Amino acid sequence: MYRYDNYDQQMVDTRVEEFRDQTRRRLSGELSEEKFRPLRLMNGLYLQLHAYMLRVAVPYGTLSGAQMKMLGDIADKYDRGYGHFTTRQNIQYNWIKLEDAPDILADLATVEMHAIQTSGNCIRNISSDHFAGAAADELVDPRPYAELLRQWSSFHPEFTALPRKFKIAVIASDTDRAAMRLHDIGIQIVKNDAGEIGAAFYVGGGMGRTPMVAPCINSFVPLDLLITYSEACLRVYNRYGRRDNKYKARIKILVHELGKDEYTRQVEEEFAHLKAQGIEPPLAELERIKPYFADPAFKSGLSDEIDRSDPDFALWVNSNTIAHKAPGYVSAVISLKPVGGIPGDASADQIRLMGDLATEYSFDECRVTHTQNIVLPHVEKARLKELFDVLDANGLSAANLDTIEDIIACPGLDYCSLANARSIPVAQKISQRFASTGKTATLGELKLKISGCINACGHHHAGHIGILGVDKKGVENYQLLLGGSEAADTSLGKITGPGFSEDGIVDAVERATDVYLAQRTEGERFLDTYRRIGMDPFKEAIYG
Amino acid sequence: MKILTGNDLKTGDVTWWDGQGWSRHVNDAVDAGERADEIIAREEALRHVISAYAIDATIDANGVRPAHIKDRIRALGPTVRPDLTLKPADPEAGNWVI
Amino acid sequence: MAELLRFRDDEPTESPAVTVDSFGEQSNAGAVRIEPGDDARELLPHLAHINRVEVNFPSFGDGRGYSAARILREAGYEGEIRAVGDVAVDQLAAMRRCGFDAFEPEKPMNDDDVKAALERWDNVYQKTTDGRTPIWNLRHGKADA
Repeated sequence: MYRYDNYDQQMVDTRVEEFRDQTRRRLSGELSEEKFRPLRLMNGLYLQLHAYMLRVAVPYGTLSGAQMKMLGDIADKYDRGYGHFTTRQNIQYNWIKLEDAPDILADLATVEMHAIQTSGNCIRNISSDHFAGAAADELVDPRPYAELLRQWSSFHPEFTALPRKFKIAVIASDTDRAAMRLHDIGIQIVKNDAGEIGAAFYVGGGMGRTPMVAPCINSFVPLDLLITYSEACLRVYNRYGRRDNKYKARIKILVHELGKDEYTRQVEEEFAHLKAQGIEPPLAELERIKPYFADPAFKSGLSDEIDRSDPDFALWVNSNTIAHKAPGYVSAVISLKPVGGIPGDASADQIRLMGDLATEYSFDECRVTHTQNIVLPHVEKARLKELFDVLDANGLSAANLDTIEDIIACPGLDYCSLANARSIPVAQKISQRFASTGKTATLGELKLKISGCINACGHHHAGHIGILGVDKKGVENYQLLLGGSEAADTSLGKITGPGFSEDGIVDAVERATDVYLAQRTEGERFLDTYRRIGMDPFKEAIYG
Repeated sequence: MKILTGNDLKTGDVTWWDGQGWSRHVNDAVDAGERADEIIAREEALRHVISAYAIDATIDANGVRPAHIKDRIRALGPTVRPDLTLKPADPEAGNWVI
Repeated sequence: MAELLRFRDDEPTESPAVTVDSFGEQSNAGAVRIEPGDDARELLPHLAHINRVEVNFPSFGDGRGYSAARILREAGYEGEIRAVGDVAVDQLAAMRRCGFDAFEPEKPMNDDDVKAALERWDNVYQKTTDGRTPIWNLRHGKADA
């Protein structure tokens, strides 16, 4: 994975000193809260429900063992012993003190980490495919391009006060494992008929109040113009994105209101102008970055055999390991969704352990998925049992990847001041219900996502089953959506009807899955059955 | 009654106006009545609190009860981690929120 | 305390700034004021006649002025670009990189803070018209002319 050179390190160190000075000026009163707030947001520090929350960036979701160890240590030293992995591949700490924040950033900088631009109206963490470098279907590893975009977007002077936040995802396979088309800019690295590699740009996707799937505005931008084209997209947004209404300020609204063709025309015009400005990095920079993402020294002649005589291990292998491009290897997914647990949370000990496991079993690398799990990308099949035993002894062996127990949930009203309802208790009750009735495995692939408010950090629009928490006259209420998908067949979930209480929504979800079980044909997932039979049979079962 | 709540600038702790300063305990909250805006403006300028706002509350057998569930969660802590709340030893604490 | 912070060798011009709309009609006006909603490119045909552009920031959170300044510099404008309004020392470094060379903030800036802000960043990731070589060019021996 990428390692900082002196320049990168100096940038992060300088940022720490800048923020340390800004914090000093805030605490002394030189800076008002109004002026300080955007500055601390640009360093990932939110004022949240119970305390300050710090969101640490995990560039394209990739971490080394040493970085995981630091994240665990920070949880112990500055927080309350745990961290929360998010739907944008970052990690959040919920109990941070402002007076500690500069020291935390300084500690992070010692392992090449930071919280730069993880909040605020600026370009956020660049996300990517959590199976990058391991998946057989990728054209190339997308992360060198994500790293280029990281440098381009960090401290970009023109885009420090955008109309709203800006999220970019980069993938390099037709299978979209990063919900690419639900981002402000989604990039797919592709190959054209002449065999050249370039970038397809999708602009204007997003969730929140008005979910939209990004249209493709340019199917092939040559690699040596990737940054220039990105800059053109951002400049048009900075100039013309709406600033009159916070809820209409994302680029998806601009693209929608201008229409894809007009937005594209403006971008192409700006692009033509910017090409003459020479802002593109030299191709040598991409060539410098690529070796950091080269294949690790995969062993050859490894056994493909896995001894599945231990039934728990066998279940886990079936559900939580993914085929790898190198013979004898798999990618292993560590579930952070134990039944009845808090989705995405891990204790400091667990975080450090996962770092050790990454070092021991996966060439010192792990990934955070946007579904709030951890991936060990390159594990020898022959060593899986050993790995599983350690996971099992530490509450990390839930064999439920992509099942109804593998719930994606935002922190909700238990933690978040924007929320209307709690999401975590709903997640806990649902996973407990399905685990106890034994239905999880038979339901198969079922992506359930819960958001505690319309901001949709739980990506509920993109769930096969989605749940949205609302405030109904001061009481928590939950809406049920069906049929969303974040994959290449992107679709947005439809609401079933009136909302439910906390217990009611659990029952409603179970009734919906019962309809699926009754109606499914061979090989159909929940999503497929829903798409085939439509909403009516579900509505009938749920509302009677 | 109208009580005032906010967060501590340095620590981020949830605090409640107790008439003289800002307490971490909601039962110390007092009725700010008509003076809410004046108190908030003064206290924020003195950096004793940030993001302060006024809310409705009632008094019941347990003490001060904020009208909205969000502020009750702020008063107690996350309902899904009783060990991290202000009342880790009280199994009924979460029920008070609802 | 700096009330007009300026990084130019020439003398500040006194002429009042007119709006972008009226600029075309008032051919004697040497100074123009860009509001966030104005299109800086409307000034491109007139750059030879402009010695001062004021870019208004009614709110520091409205970043359209950063693009306006860069666009003018990219078009070759070498006169003064002055940021006025809700501009604070924490925006200074980014604004300088976008081409601002004068600042008339609502509230005066502390001199020490100004110095610290401008000297803080030894290097930069991106290329703008400020002449600083971006890191990715330094790495590959491409110092900009």
